[in-house]
Amino acid sequence: MSVLVIAERTPQGLHKMSLETVAAGQATAKALGVECATAVAGPADGLPGKVYRVEHALLADYTADGFTAAFEQLIREVKPLLVLFPHTYQVRDFAPKLATRFGRVLISDVVKIEPGRFVRQLFQGKLNADFAAASAPSGDAPVFASVQAGAYRADAIEPTAMEVVTFTPQLDASAIRQKPEPPFRESARAVDLTAADIIVSVGRGIKEKENIPLVEELAKAMGAELAASRPICDNGWLPMERQVGSSGQTVSPKVYMAVGISGAIQHLVGMKGAKTIVAINKDPNAPIFEVADYGICGDLFEVVPALTEAVKKAKS
Amino acid sequence: MPAPMMTTSAEVSWEFMKIIVAIKQVPARDSQLKVAPGGKWIAEDDLTFEINEPDAYALEEALQLKEKHGGEVIALCLGPARAASTIREALAKGADRAIHIEEENVSALDTLAVAKLLAAAAKTEAPDLVLTGLQSDDLGYGQAGVVLAELMGLPHATIIMQVEATGGSLRVKRELEDGWFQHVTMPLPAVLTIQSGINKLRYATLMGIKKAKTKEMKTLSAAELGGTGAPAAALASVYVPQRSKQTQIFEGDAKTAAAQLVEKLKFEARVL
Repeated sequence: MSVLVIAERTPQGLHKMSLETVAAGQATAKALGVECATAVAGPADGLPGKVYRVEHALLADYTADGFTAAFEQLIREVKPLLVLFPHTYQVRDFAPKLATRFGRVLISDVVKIEPGRFVRQLFQGKLNADFAAASAPSGDAPVFASVQAGAYRADAIEPTAMEVVTFTPQLDASAIRQKPEPPFRESARAVDLTAADIIVSVGRGIKEKENIPLVEELAKAMGAELAASRPICDNGWLPMERQVGSSGQTVSPKVYMAVGISGAIQHLVGMKGAKTIVAINKDPNAPIFEVADYGICGDLFEVVPALTEAVKKAKS
Repeated sequence: MPAPMMTTSAEVSWEFMKIIVAIKQVPARDSQLKVAPGGKWIAEDDLTFEINEPDAYALEEALQLKEKHGGEVIALCLGPARAASTIREALAKGADRAIHIEEENVSALDTLAVAKLLAAAAKTEAPDLVLTGLQSDDLGYGQAGVVLAELMGLPHATIIMQVEATGGSLRVKRELEDGWFQHVTMPLPAVLTIQSGINKLRYATLMGIKKAKTKEMKTLSAAELGGTGAPAAALASVYVPQRSKQTQIFEGDAKTAAAQLVEKLKFEARVL
């Protein structure tokens, strides 16, 4: 009986959310009074405690079919009560399939785990909800959950002596239907938002492309880089390279000013490390106010010009 | 004159693609949400509803694939009676016909139950391709497409930004994290979950809206598709999250609030 954390490895090393998930796994295992073990496809270094190193040539490149088959076999062997994943893009690609094989759903993107209770966000972070597995977990039907970025702290991990167990799954090349090609980036990034001290970022609240200069002027007055949330770049109103969030850049400037950005989690993970966060939004319940130090709750079309004016005055 | 291209059967482009697009109706994006009495879901009475945004992109991708390869686009929607308006809109935009699995209490279903119903309806159509959005804006599980693929025994790929279909196979561009992408090839039929921004959404034309009224919309019940069964995960309660951080909100008119904020930026954050 154990908690099994399935860690993720990237070409650069352990995915940064892997250790956060190990911290979540250790805390949950402690509360349940069971052991916490980790599994990873590939090298086990960097992981604490008992680590199942899942080894097979067909796992060298990630595929949903290959990873599902390999981890299904491991889980049937280890029989954990709870299987935890970091809520990464890769996990979103295969963990729901894996859970289905055990008659379960993946309780995805959880922000808090207590025995029998998983807290998830609904409506892009506007509300929270408690979820529970409908039937008690067993070795044949463990509960599956993925942990949101930043929900647990990697530095909370209790160091334990590493014990590596190699697990070799039986995989059949012909059963892996996805043929992946090497990852690539569209082009060299011309804009490095990570180097900026101040970022003024614009979201859906700006309504139309024609209104972007309003925020551009504020950024200019503040000596800030202009950035955006995903929908703005999707619409082509600003180039993709100015996007902050899980699919764009991760920034931690001195000041991050979010203008008309509601604060969906995909955006928050890219900017919540900023030293000071300012939110300008008309909705007082917008999740962006969850992370903001300062806020103005109002119409950005009135607030932004007033702010540009005030900044210019303060600088003169 | 260039020599005629040699084509083998594997390279011949599709002449007819039968595409199912699974769409969901969700509360409009700017809705002010209130928890319903009982604390199990939101109060829906005063809300307006619209198509889940990533599903709108999935529908658009299906329509573009049909325009390129020929074929048929079937909108598949699990939802209460009110979802019919979203289905009509999909028909107005160009879907050829629709299947509405009418079920009032969708928010109480987990993804496995949802995917089982969708799979049961989709299987009878034997589609070449199933598309859906990468996640819903309400429950946000982000897995209906993947579970659907598993239940239908089909290969899948998620968070897709480009789709090319040639012969019996599919080459897609998957979005990875931090600005990385990857191409993946797989055989058809297959299931893809589509990322917002993959294409430019079209509006329904007046002609489209008129035509939609005559298009077939088949209504099925959950019971006809094998029922919803026992859930694997249950939603116990919905509530407003507690603020973990004290936000200092500047009140007053725009000018007053702006002046107070600038004061903080200058003397506390020290960036001006």
